[in-house]
Amino acid sequence: MRRAGVVALNTFREAVRDRVLYSLVFFALLMMAAAVAVGQISIGIEQTVIVSLGLSAISVIGVLISVFIGVALVSKEMDKRTLYALLAKPVRRWEFLLGKFGGLVLTLAVNTAAMALGLLLVMLYVKHSLERSDAVVLVAVYFILLKLALIVALALLFSCFTTPLLAILFTVGLYIVGLYVQELRDLPVEVMSPAMAAFTKWLSHLLPNFENFNVMAMAAHGRAVPGALILQNTLYAVVYCTIVLTAAAVVFSRRNLK
Amino acid sequence: MQGSAIEIENLTKEYPFGFLHLKKKASLEGLNMQVETGEVFGFIGPNGAGKSTTIKLLMRLIFPTAGSARILGKPISDVEMHREIGYLPEQPYFYDYLTAAEMLDYFARFQDLTAADRKDRVQRMLKKVGLDTAHKIQLRKYSKGMLQRVGLAQAILHDPKVVILDEPMSGLDPLGRREVRDIILELKRDGKTVMFSTHILSDAEMLCDRVGVIVGGRLRGVGAPGTLVDIKSQGMEILFELRGASNAPLLSKATRTGACYRLHVAEEELYAAIEQLRGAGARILSVSQVKATLEEFFLNLVEADRAQAAAVEVSGK
Ligand SMILES: Nc1ncnc2c1ncn2[C@@H]1O[C@H](COP(=O)(O)OP(=O)(O)OP(=O)(O)O)[C@@H](O)[C@H]1O
Ligand SMILES: [Mg+2]
Repeated sequence: MRRAGVVALNTFREAVRDRVLYSLVFFALLMMAAAVAVGQISIGIEQTVIVSLGLSAISVIGVLISVFIGVALVSKEMDKRTLYALLAKPVRRWEFLLGKFGGLVLTLAVNTAAMALGLLLVMLYVKHSLERSDAVVLVAVYFILLKLALIVALALLFSCFTTPLLAILFTVGLYIVGLYVQELRDLPVEVMSPAMAAFTKWLSHLLPNFENFNVMAMAAHGRAVPGALILQNTLYAVVYCTIVLTAAAVVFSRRNLK
Repeated sequence: MQGSAIEIENLTKEYPFGFLHLKKKASLEGLNMQVETGEVFGFIGPNGAGKSTTIKLLMRLIFPTAGSARILGKPISDVEMHREIGYLPEQPYFYDYLTAAEMLDYFARFQDLTAADRKDRVQRMLKKVGLDTAHKIQLRKYSKGMLQRVGLAQAILHDPKVVILDEPMSGLDPLGRREVRDIILELKRDGKTVMFSTHILSDAEMLCDRVGVIVGGRLRGVGAPGTLVDIKSQGMEILFELRGASNAPLLSKATRTGACYRLHVAEEELYAAIEQLRGAGARILSVSQVKATLEEFFLNLVEADRAQAAAVEVSGK
């Protein structure tokens, strides 16, 4: 575990030196522009516009980083053969994998926290005060982070057995499908053959459900998120990540490096 | 502790290839070999012989089709055993966003060392491999030989008992090669076991207690560099300078480069030849013994292998 921590810190350092945190500059510019624009059109919907826009930007930036850097985490090390010297050290392959995962999630957490802080500042700027109900924005940000961790885990898994390009396609594909899992569950089962219905049900539970992490509408209107949902999403992300990372570790531990 | 530091048993690695990966090609076939504790072992063979394959199998970077190996008496799947071994990969490449000192410190963190000890070792290693002035430069700006040196530093940083180096001299300038030779000899003096691969035979002859010759994935011979070949002298070579013409009969047998001549004679005829050359007004520059070297042994094996492969190809048609 300690060794996974060493790998994680180095991964974080790599992300910082590769200027991942520069995405913050983009976010800052976007939010400043939004704040100015909202100030001009102000008709009582500043809160909704700012929060929706801010959370969307946090999510999109996070998803891009998770997919692209998530896939590169291991594949780049295999490709450049930086892994060779490292794996000859007393470190297990799953520890390496876990460290890589932890390092990127740490990077995303820092990045997302900074953006959340920026969002709160802009809200303060347009509303001149913050209320207790604004805490829902933080819950929404927390859910985004859980979602990103799940994406990183999937990206890692795919990059362990296929090429980086395919891994990106698979991860993005699964993410998009995962946004519509509820629709899959709501399909009219009555009109399907029993086999088809069973398959759909099975599939809808197997696929990662990204829809549950989306509370943007609630946040935009300042409605509180039920505590049960927070617990449920946290557990879901932890269990799903554990399963995906275990699968990745099994694949990676048997892999012949080129 | 006496005994074998590295024991390799029937180690085999096949790579699938061709349509649907149906065919298999063996990169290493049933390798049996021991490296004794405290010796410097040279693993020599031409390109594609299976040297790196063997070393990567030992490091569990790739997994064998058959066979097993033990290092320091422990199976190679034992991760804790890696505290005691150091490895330099072929054409090493490291995190290019780190400086040499940061990279070494990162690797040192996987060993149980205190922060002060880590710092001290990193400094000493950088000095040892001649990079103490370049330690603040990011590795992306390093030259090939500099990377090779950092690679060597990370392999011996934690004072391992067994050091496995895959072509440690490649990419180094003459000074660098000598430094690496010195480091290997120092490791030996400290009682470490060193196994290194190379296709530069003089390095192996100079450094190794024993060498193993591998060609085409099969081990062709193991032994002290001297015992592998017949060192019986194969004659003498005289190098001399001659200005102006002469009709000495030996001159027709010599090869000429400018005013310099090179002449090959049997050992018994050496003095007579020298007399004759002096009579002709030549200035003798050097006289040396021509030995069958490891090189010839090695070349013979490669030739035999080629001939065999060609024979197989012909009979296969
Ligand atoms: N990933 C791979 N897939 C298929 N064949 C491979 C693979 N890796 C190595 N080989 C084959 O295994 C054989 C041995 O390769 P290896 O790298 O061990 O040679 P080597 O002795 O280290 O040579 P060199 O002196 O060039 O480094 C070669 O014929 C090579 O083509
Ligand atoms: Mg090699």
